[in-house]
Amino acid sequence: MKKTVFLGALTVAGLAAGASAAATLDDVKARGKLNCGVATGVPGFAAPDANGRWEGFDVAVCRAVAAAVLGDSDAVEFVPTTGKTRFTALASGEVDMLARNTTWTLSRDVDLKFTFVGVNYYDGQGFLVNKDLGVSSAKELDGATVCIQTGTTTELNLADFFRTNNMSYEPVPIETQAEALQQFNAGACDSYTTDASGLAAARSTFEDPSSAIIMPEIISKEPLGPLVRHGDNEWGDVVRWTLNALVTAEEFGVTSTNVAELSAAAGDNPEINRLLGTEGSLGEMLGLDADWARRAIASVGNYGEVFATNIGEDTPIGLARGLNAQWRDGGLIYSPPFR
Amino acid sequence: MSDMSYVRSEMLPERAPPASSVGVIGWMRANLFSSVLNSILSIVSLVLVVWLLSAFLSWALSPTWSGTSVNNCRELSGGGHVACWGVIRERWVQLLFGFYPPEEYWRPMLAFALLFVAVTPVLFSMISRRMNWVMLCVVLGVTALYLGGLAGSIAGLALLALGAAIAYKALSTDKDARAAEIAEGAKRLPNPLIFTAIFPFLTPWLLWGGSLWLPIAAALGFVLAFYAYRYLAAVLGSLSGLILSVIVALVWWLFMAVPFGNAIGGIIPLDLVQVASRDFGGFMLSLTIGVVAIGCSLPIGIVLALGRQSDLFIVKTLCVGFIEFIRGVPLITLLFVASTLLNIFLPPGTNFDIILRVLIMVTLFASAYMAEVIRGGLAALPRGQYEAADALGLDYWKAQRLIIMPQALKISIPGIVSTFIGVFKDTTLVSIIGLLDPLGLSNSIRADANWIGLIWELYGFIALLFFVFCFSMSRYSMYLERRLRTDHR
Amino acid sequence: MTTTTDPHQASFRLSMLLYDSRYRSMTIQIIALIGFLTLLGWLFSNTANNLADLGKEPSFRFLSEPAGYDINQRLLEYTNRDTHMRAALMGLLNTLLVAALGCVTATILGVIIGVLRLSPNWIVSRLSAVYVEAFRNVPVLLWIVFTMAILIETLPAPKAFRGETPEATMKLFDSVAFTNRGTYIPEPLFSNTLGNLHFFGESSLRFDVSLDLILLAVLFFGGIFASIKIKRRADRIQEQTGDRPTTWYWSLGVIFVPTLIVMVALGFHLGYPELKGFNFKGGIYMRNSLIALWLALSLYTAAFIAEIVRAGILAISKGQTEAAGALGLRPNRTMNLVVLPQALRVIIPPLISNYLNLTKNSSLAIAVGYMDITGTLGGITMNQTGRELETVLLLMLVYLAISLTISAVMNWYNESVKLKER
Repeated sequence: MKKTVFLGALTVAGLAAGASAAATLDDVKARGKLNCGVATGVPGFAAPDANGRWEGFDVAVCRAVAAAVLGDSDAVEFVPTTGKTRFTALASGEVDMLARNTTWTLSRDVDLKFTFVGVNYYDGQGFLVNKDLGVSSAKELDGATVCIQTGTTTELNLADFFRTNNMSYEPVPIETQAEALQQFNAGACDSYTTDASGLAAARSTFEDPSSAIIMPEIISKEPLGPLVRHGDNEWGDVVRWTLNALVTAEEFGVTSTNVAELSAAAGDNPEINRLLGTEGSLGEMLGLDADWARRAIASVGNYGEVFATNIGEDTPIGLARGLNAQWRDGGLIYSPPFR
Repeated sequence: MSDMSYVRSEMLPERAPPASSVGVIGWMRANLFSSVLNSILSIVSLVLVVWLLSAFLSWALSPTWSGTSVNNCRELSGGGHVACWGVIRERWVQLLFGFYPPEEYWRPMLAFALLFVAVTPVLFSMISRRMNWVMLCVVLGVTALYLGGLAGSIAGLALLALGAAIAYKALSTDKDARAAEIAEGAKRLPNPLIFTAIFPFLTPWLLWGGSLWLPIAAALGFVLAFYAYRYLAAVLGSLSGLILSVIVALVWWLFMAVPFGNAIGGIIPLDLVQVASRDFGGFMLSLTIGVVAIGCSLPIGIVLALGRQSDLFIVKTLCVGFIEFIRGVPLITLLFVASTLLNIFLPPGTNFDIILRVLIMVTLFASAYMAEVIRGGLAALPRGQYEAADALGLDYWKAQRLIIMPQALKISIPGIVSTFIGVFKDTTLVSIIGLLDPLGLSNSIRADANWIGLIWELYGFIALLFFVFCFSMSRYSMYLERRLRTDHR
Repeated sequence: MTTTTDPHQASFRLSMLLYDSRYRSMTIQIIALIGFLTLLGWLFSNTANNLADLGKEPSFRFLSEPAGYDINQRLLEYTNRDTHMRAALMGLLNTLLVAALGCVTATILGVIIGVLRLSPNWIVSRLSAVYVEAFRNVPVLLWIVFTMAILIETLPAPKAFRGETPEATMKLFDSVAFTNRGTYIPEPLFSNTLGNLHFFGESSLRFDVSLDLILLAVLFFGGIFASIKIKRRADRIQEQTGDRPTTWYWSLGVIFVPTLIVMVALGFHLGYPELKGFNFKGGIYMRNSLIALWLALSLYTAAFIAEIVRAGILAISKGQTEAAGALGLRPNRTMNLVVLPQALRVIIPPLISNYLNLTKNSSLAIAVGYMDITGTLGGITMNQTGRELETVLLLMLVYLAISLTISAVMNWYNESVKLKER
């Protein structure tokens, strides 16, 4: 009995999971599915809805890559990962890429051996504080109880911040954001710290969002981006340029509504033509077809659209573009040229 | 003279006992207020019960079943600290099935129903063989009808009719008459344990989908091994026969089963839609992990228990080492192994998904506990049974198979059921490594902007599900213990 | 001589390894050993290959690197510049603390509930049954998060204690504050302290021991030892003369008087918690994560212990009690001398395994953010260093050591109370 269940399961596993690390692109194509690691539930960035369909800002990156590589933005297996399991999942090949609010740091890049293919959200760690505490700066938080999501870089930043400012604090480590908010709302912690985007998202869900304020201090740089394993540059390129395609599309005004029209025939703008494959052979160089970027943009929209539908100002999350505006608008979002 | 008597010759009519010792008052006096201390305890307990119940009911009875979000619930109930049941209405299916494709829900449900049919002959010996087959017919018939279509309807009606026929026969002939018929050579229905043997092969197919031929090929391995043993044991003796037949089975499984399954599957496809195991979630995931772990740990546990009992020093040391190691570390560390290390231990390129890795580790975990349960069963067996088997001249394996194990396992059933309850409850730990069991899902649901801040409804619902399951099983195990005890006296 | 013609020695054939019962067990064992070693070697080589592929050489050097994170509940002094090793030690102490607290309360609670379940009082026995079933049949993880949620949602936040007319006040003559962050209780302080003893210099294992506490402990246990001596002496006099001298004031005196005198000399007083800034200051701060875990583990395990106690008491046949009565023993002597020693023999072995379970279940601390060893070594350290293999290995070894120690101690106790059969 033991062996058969195992064997039956193993066969299924063999069909579902790919083989080795090297040619991830071929594996993904052969499998017909992209395995993408996401968070177990962060409002606006990744969460399953009632039908089990994953939605969010990070999820859109996975869908764009699936659309570019496989032609179907639903050909994604979303693998929920915790702060603890995410890197192992990627290192072991369980997922092909990780799009999960992961900060680009030297040690993750070099020691854990992952390639960060870009930054899809520039973030920084902030503090959320209840208004009636009468605090206006994070420097006044001496002696405060701070709720913190464990297993992330925020823990180390927090320790450094309080140490450099010679203040004491009481950390309350918490596994999930849902629990952190529960504690914060009950007053069990004075402050909740995580990436500022997460704070805004969290605050938006409060009964009275104005009851809490975000401190002006941003105590760390948190460039969040999708990552892949070291040692497979072809696959890294595919993910990197899919992300860049979304960014470039916004820069040149290609949206999910006009992309079909623009890609029907070569237009006046050579950059758009190269992007959409009506000119040149950029897709081939990547090991994809000419249409790859069009599919990615058509399925999830350009970077601006992804931002607006998932976390933008019209959503409950209500984040302003800020640092994440296009470089022309004074932000940091900048794609190398498609050439 | 003779009719004069000072001694009463007839009984006095019985008088009713005093009002204070019968009826409600008497019962209360005896059971609630028999002493000062008891009276105080009773009153305190009553106050406690009333207080808890009123607090709970005023929270739970709220007209929020149709709520679509926390705010909507607040409007519906008019504020106050009350439950928001809308989240359960919207998400209970997800809490039960996770992300399993909705059009395939019948598969886990069928698997669950079949699980009952499969364990009935083992666990409920008072249910007759015919009623087992009736149950199977009804379950399959209803499924076929549900799946619909012409073939499905015909098959479903046929199965139900068959079931009804067997049930009618079973109910119309009494036990003795049937026994007489059998004694005269009437045919018996096949042993329902046959289905129990088929079930472990059927269920993975139902849950994970794919081709039916793969589990059939896997099952064929056992058939091959059986016949190889029969033949080889006669030629070479039982031990070499056993070793060789195991090798035959291994060769079949490792090199021939999959090509065989694929080849036949290419000719006669019997496929179900494949469901990746990461789509498993919710209560179904807990149940799958629990049942698979217990099912698989049973044979491993038997081997370990025998090893621990054996006189062979090295074998015994290995078994004791394994059992004590697994029992000495918490399950969560084994789950860390599953989530972070198991892939590293296996050949480069091997890649099970996380649920299979968890299944492997939970199985190992359960088998150590199972080994201890079965060792208890072996130890409880009277020494005379072993000696009698020796006196009959049976060798070790025959003695185990025919005499020791059937009895030891029977004694162990309550222990096995408690182990199952324990493992089943422990499946909630997988939420810590990011799997979406009911508890893990509750975190995801609370990350949904509509349902942020809800705790009690979700936890309460999950606790209720677990309670219903575990409580009924523990009742069953108690019933069994009582029955076993009477058997021995 | 027969030895030279002994057919057995002369004709050793290979098949005898299988068919001769003298050799067969050897053969089987060697095959098993080879199989096991092969499996082990296979796992090792796989691991080595995979780690080489990932470029991660197994190494425990990370243990001596600075941890960089803070731990809220530290039983010894610790800052985020200390090493991962010391962080793990903090975690280990936290694990041991909650396990010890849990075992004590679970036993007390379990015995009470177990006895109440046998009570003739209908409602009390029913309530105990409900308690037992409710806790046994719902996963312990759920109880832990449930308890935490109750503490957070129902207790007042520290800010509720503030202002002219606070919504919440401190309990027990302003000495204890229950907040949804934790409970603050008064702490013992000494104004004329003797100072601390420092061990292990500056290494990761360094720790201080308060001389005041050592002195008090020595006096207290010395007092108990002396009172036992007094009792022995009384026993002896009773045996010789038939009269038992009254000794209870002596016993109490030797236990408490020296302790009290030293406490006064050291300037013993209580430090009360006070609301300062964001939080209460002073006093002993028991975080809600500790309380939730402690409470949930105790309540959960108590349900199992209650069943064990009930079974243990029921297992003592009525004849024993009746025989004790016939000997003229009073009911409490019957309980102490007849029923309890026998019941303990039935109760102790399953009790040990429940203590073990409680200790292992304390690893679920991570769900409420209690920084036990799973939270520090197996949690943050593992995340920050990416050393999964090493941390999980260490974690398992630590738990194994704890489990084996508990079983060893308990088995030793069990041996000592076991019925001596001959």
